[in-house]
Amino acid sequence: MSSSRRRPAGPSRARGISLHMLAGTLALFVLIPLLFGLIGGFKDNAQLSSNPFGLPAPWHPENYTEVLASASFWRQVGNSVLIALSTTVLVVALSAMAAFAFARFAFRGREVLFTIFTAGLMFPFAVAILPLFVLMRTFGLLDNPLGVILVQAAFGLPMTIIILRGFFAGIPREVEEAAVIDGCTPFGVFWRVLLPMARPALATVSVLAIVASWNNFFLPLAVFNNPDWWTIPLGVQQFQGQYSTDIARTLAYVVLAMVPALAFYAVAERHLISGLTAGATKG
Amino acid sequence: MTHPALTERPEKRPRAAAPPARGLPPAAIRRRRRLKGLATVALFVLPALVLYGLLVLAPIAIAAYTSMFRWNGLGGWPEDFIGFDNFTRLFASDVFHGDLRNGLLIVVLSLVIQLPLALGLALLLNQRMRGRAVYRLLFFAPYVLSEVITGVLFSLILSPEIGLANQILRAVGLEELERAWLADPTTVMPALFAVMTWKYFGFYMILFLAGRQGIPRELGEAASIDGAGTWQQFRHVTLPLLGPTIRIAAFLSVIGTIQLFDLVWVLTGGGPDHASETMAVTMFQFGFKRTQIGYASAISVVMFVLSMIFALAYLRFVMRRDTQGAVTTMGDHR
Repeated sequence: MSSSRRRPAGPSRARGISLHMLAGTLALFVLIPLLFGLIGGFKDNAQLSSNPFGLPAPWHPENYTEVLASASFWRQVGNSVLIALSTTVLVVALSAMAAFAFARFAFRGREVLFTIFTAGLMFPFAVAILPLFVLMRTFGLLDNPLGVILVQAAFGLPMTIIILRGFFAGIPREVEEAAVIDGCTPFGVFWRVLLPMARPALATVSVLAIVASWNNFFLPLAVFNNPDWWTIPLGVQQFQGQYSTDIARTLAYVVLAMVPALAFYAVAERHLISGLTAGATKG
Repeated sequence: MTHPALTERPEKRPRAAAPPARGLPPAAIRRRRRLKGLATVALFVLPALVLYGLLVLAPIAIAAYTSMFRWNGLGGWPEDFIGFDNFTRLFASDVFHGDLRNGLLIVVLSLVIQLPLALGLALLLNQRMRGRAVYRLLFFAPYVLSEVITGVLFSLILSPEIGLANQILRAVGLEELERAWLADPTTVMPALFAVMTWKYFGFYMILFLAGRQGIPRELGEAASIDGAGTWQQFRHVTLPLLGPTIRIAAFLSVIGTIQLFDLVWVLTGGGPDHASETMAVTMFQFGFKRTQIGYASAISVVMFVLSMIFALAYLRFVMRRDTQGAVTTMGDHR
């Protein structure tokens, strides 16, 4: 860095080029599968085998338009949105309340309780899936979105509580002392003072919860038998099975299923990355 | 009115401000106050605790219980108690041994290939270079896609006839390297690992990048003034200071491998002939496809015990210094 800045322009430019070659190679490694999907979705199966690398000739937009015109695709998008939003509201609300108590109240057993929550970061979700299935069946929550929402929220608690507790603890106490003197109840302090101040942290944990829910496959696979409740990942897997010989059409479906996640990533990239790094280093 | 529960720093709070006159002795007021504080705490913590206990902690206990039974999962709770028979059967099963081998292979490959690759890339993207933000955005993008989408896409890329991998080999004249990547027991694990690398290296890169940016620039400059070359700087300044981040990345990698399911299920279903099966896939097969819930619960329990042993040992022996730091900073919040 500093040493390279002092070097003459020649070697540093050569170095810049080699850096770009390296990064560019890896960029191709990431991009080519995505482009294969995107462009392949505009071909037909004959073209996929005879013309694997070129542009489609002719283009077949109907692979995409047929998916976009199908009710089941939109139903899956709707289910995924409903489940992701409900999970997020639930996990963020419960975590914010718990994190507030952990950050601002002194009570016996606080650290033990907090450790129990943080230990959840180490529980592999796969361990719980079978007993959860048995539980959901007992409660009649199979083929019910609540069966997915409640479980996802429960497994999101540890990470969300850790991040929010850290944030609440960093807010100066004088702010709420003023509110208490003005006659605020603890709930008032939480609701009117701390929550509005915690907006950036709330955005971060919400983004994490949305992405986790959106991509979840194992739990909906276990809970939803009825196609009416399928989320996008279930739909993609099912579509591949159904159209296993029609590769171009499956590619189009996969690409369309990527769009919401990538669009969301483009919008919320900063929150996602800060949340993931904070979660990993604090957990 | 004041709320004593809000006093983590009681010495700063004007105690005299509490309503003194309601005809109660001070001790009773204090007790009532404490009860009220506890009630408030309960109100805030209980909802999360109930959900967590019911859906995260209880399932582990249920799995431990049902693993002691022969049970097809039908009707009520299990009755045919068989002690540890499910576990002895599991430990003797070749499929389970294969699961362990596959898990170990993925962990080793991740530590030897995936993490160093991500580390190198993070250091690369830490340099001043044009388009750095674009590269970072691109490398992280696969992590945002669901495992299922990734899996379906790559199952098509790796398919024998029409798949892109074989097409590329054919185009560059390496026909003899063509394989049915996911259907050949010798190539299925490397293929699976390649897909995992595609999906996850960006995540580790972001972790390392965050860790690298936490290292003060002055340290590297001081080292270079003392005559340290680029490699020496990396070896003696950057790498040791990245230690905590590297240890966390390795930890996440192992915990993730223990429960690896989605990608495998979509790419291969564990096949051909169990060659790419993982513990979670075996558990799903027995629990949901063959309805041997007792036996599948035993697999869940083994997964849980393995991750707990690993996590505790790792926290105790590998991340000890890091967590000590974490604990002291946590103490600072008091």
